[in-house]
Amino acid sequence: MTTATAPAPAPTHAGAPQRGLVGRIVDRLGGGALQVVMVLLGLFWLVPTLGLLVVSLRTPEVNAAEGWWTIFTKPAEITFESYSSLLASGFTASFWNTVAITVPTTVLVIGIAAMAAYAFAWMDFKGRDTLFLIVVGLLIVPIQIALIPVAVIYGGVGIFGTIPGVVLFHVAFGLPFAIFLLRNFFVGIPSSLLEAARMDGAPEWKIFVQIVFPLGKPAIASLGIFQFLWVWNDMLIALVFANTESQPMTKALQSQMRQFGTNIDILSSGAFMSLIIPLILFFAFQRYFVQGMMAGSVK
Amino acid sequence: MTERLDGPQAPPEETSGGPASGPADTPRKQRRLGPSPMMAVAFLLPAALLLGIWVVYPIVYSIFRSLFDAPGDGFVGLGNYVTIFTDDGMLKTIRNNLIWVVAAPIMVTALGLIFAVMTERIKWATAFKLIVFMPMAVSLMAAGVIFRLVYDEDPDKGVANAILTTVHDTFSSSQGYPGARPREGDQSAVAAGDDGAVVTKQPAQAGQPVLIPIVGVKPEFMPAAAQPAAAVTGGDELSGTVWFDFTPGGGGVSGAVDTTEKGLPGMTVEAVSNGQVAGTATTAEDGSFRFEGLPAGSYVVRLPQANFEGAYNGLTWLGPTLITPAIIGAFIWVWAGFAMVLIAAGLAAIPRDSLEAARIDGATEWQVFRRITVPLLSPVLLVVFVTMIINTLKVFDLVFIIAPASVQPEANVVALEMWRVAFGGGNNQGLGSALAIFLLILVLPFMIMNIRRFRREDT
Repeated sequence: MTTATAPAPAPTHAGAPQRGLVGRIVDRLGGGALQVVMVLLGLFWLVPTLGLLVVSLRTPEVNAAEGWWTIFTKPAEITFESYSSLLASGFTASFWNTVAITVPTTVLVIGIAAMAAYAFAWMDFKGRDTLFLIVVGLLIVPIQIALIPVAVIYGGVGIFGTIPGVVLFHVAFGLPFAIFLLRNFFVGIPSSLLEAARMDGAPEWKIFVQIVFPLGKPAIASLGIFQFLWVWNDMLIALVFANTESQPMTKALQSQMRQFGTNIDILSSGAFMSLIIPLILFFAFQRYFVQGMMAGSVK
Repeated sequence: MTERLDGPQAPPEETSGGPASGPADTPRKQRRLGPSPMMAVAFLLPAALLLGIWVVYPIVYSIFRSLFDAPGDGFVGLGNYVTIFTDDGMLKTIRNNLIWVVAAPIMVTALGLIFAVMTERIKWATAFKLIVFMPMAVSLMAAGVIFRLVYDEDPDKGVANAILTTVHDTFSSSQGYPGARPREGDQSAVAAGDDGAVVTKQPAQAGQPVLIPIVGVKPEFMPAAAQPAAAVTGGDELSGTVWFDFTPGGGGVSGAVDTTEKGLPGMTVEAVSNGQVAGTATTAEDGSFRFEGLPAGSYVVRLPQANFEGAYNGLTWLGPTLITPAIIGAFIWVWAGFAMVLIAAGLAAIPRDSLEAARIDGATEWQVFRRITVPLLSPVLLVVFVTMIINTLKVFDLVFIIAPASVQPEANVVALEMWRVAFGGGNNQGLGSALAIFLLILVLPFMIMNIRRFRREDT
């Protein structure tokens, strides 16, 4: 069929069967090589984290003497010593601070952004499009711009170094992405649903809570996981606005960095503690994570 | 772009008119049925307050604050900005940011494209994607600790140097003798040269064995295979012995080959004539060497410096020269998964027909990739690329954590310098504000780009 319609079939046709065979062999070999390369790349991405885990499970003396990969020949060296010295160092407090910062931030961002997104998607008011374009513009404002001014404000109000201060900063900088993501989703809700409710005289807050919010669940889940990870993993905002009482894990660990060599037991176990919850969330909800990332990638 | 990728999760009953234009198209109907503007204000108020106080007001405040000095009393005009572009440390910081922006986004995007294409051809694509994507969930702080371990200079601890030294030692097995030196003195026939090599004082001829006594060989560098030193006798070729001129427990004659002393195997020996290396030999297990096929004549015999260097120990990743590339490596590790997943989604959306048509027309896989796949992917590639530029401009945590304090000035970037100047001991809020505004100006083009693209797509 193909050879019949091709304008200059003769040379290709003559060589075709042979090339097909060679091509298939090359494919087979190439496929094998591809598999090997991919396995190596996968290892390349896995090994750094694995190294952290193993280092956290060995004594500082063993870590100072040999590489973590020797664990495979002597698995008996595994010990939770580093984790017990981590707990003894008061790290638990910073773990709960991380929770106390992350959970309220995530809830507030979802609630406040959903309200604004609903207004942007389904209410009619003057300057709506302009305001929304401002939100789009604010998507990539660097956090650095607000560090000094907000520190001045917090100093005046007296919430510098407190968890509410850290939370409010996170909420504000989480909003543009959240509003953007939710508004784009809410806009896709069939207008017939809303109009029917409005025709029945349902109040706006009721439409929002009973129709829009439930329909928006997939987008809200994406946003929630994204926001949670973003706040959980933040270091810069904590560095500026938290003190030693209110510091989350990232800041607590950062303060140990100067003596990297001698603190490696606390640093490795602490770093692993800080990433275990994000990893569990990631594997449990990776579908939402990917969706949120794609929806927000206009950034 | 956004709308299309977002598509699958939107409610399926999406109306044909495009819901985005719904309310805008029917203002009259909306006003009658829809809520009052006051209601809109109520819904927007919390967000507006937060964005106003925490984001918009700080931009205005920072612009003013950047025109004042450190304590905030003296007006300095653009003085802080002049400092940014004249101070040596600041210029190095800007140079580093430039390296970041030029190198990192292109590498992340290219790697993401390669990974996305490769995952289409394997059965375990999901597992691979999960592994590469995983660092996205990890804090940059933890990633920093992870890479401090990876880049440890000691090849027995840092995995990067462990791999490098293993690869290196596979291809060149020369085992050096660090710290070893010739036995010097009037009786000795050899002396240390200027370049760290060991050379004979007098030219040597064939049939006249060259004795090269070495001292100061540390026990840990003594090869297990070393045999008692053997003096070479006779022969028509230039030959000799390199040995450890030291008898354990005392005794022996300096400068003479004693049977209690061991040869030094694996030494590279060169015969030099008029500054040119005429021949090369390697010592045997008893320390003897023999130049084969060397023209008759007199030569200076030399042990090049390489013999006295330690084993290859990899690179100083966290030193001043390699620190920025090393941190970029960690950045790629973190972000390659993001690029891959986004590009893979774009790839899945390409109609198979157009690829098949090209293949039937006789295009090679490479041509299909170059001429069809990449152009069709260009919107996604652009999104990834721009996202990475913004991320590199804002890079902070990785540099702060991976670069040891002593090397941090060499690795500095604008976002980190802003923090250091204003909070990390500098306490100069004027300069800090100027740096923050500088950062904002750097991302401004992308902000405008986003707004433009959104307008084009949404209305």
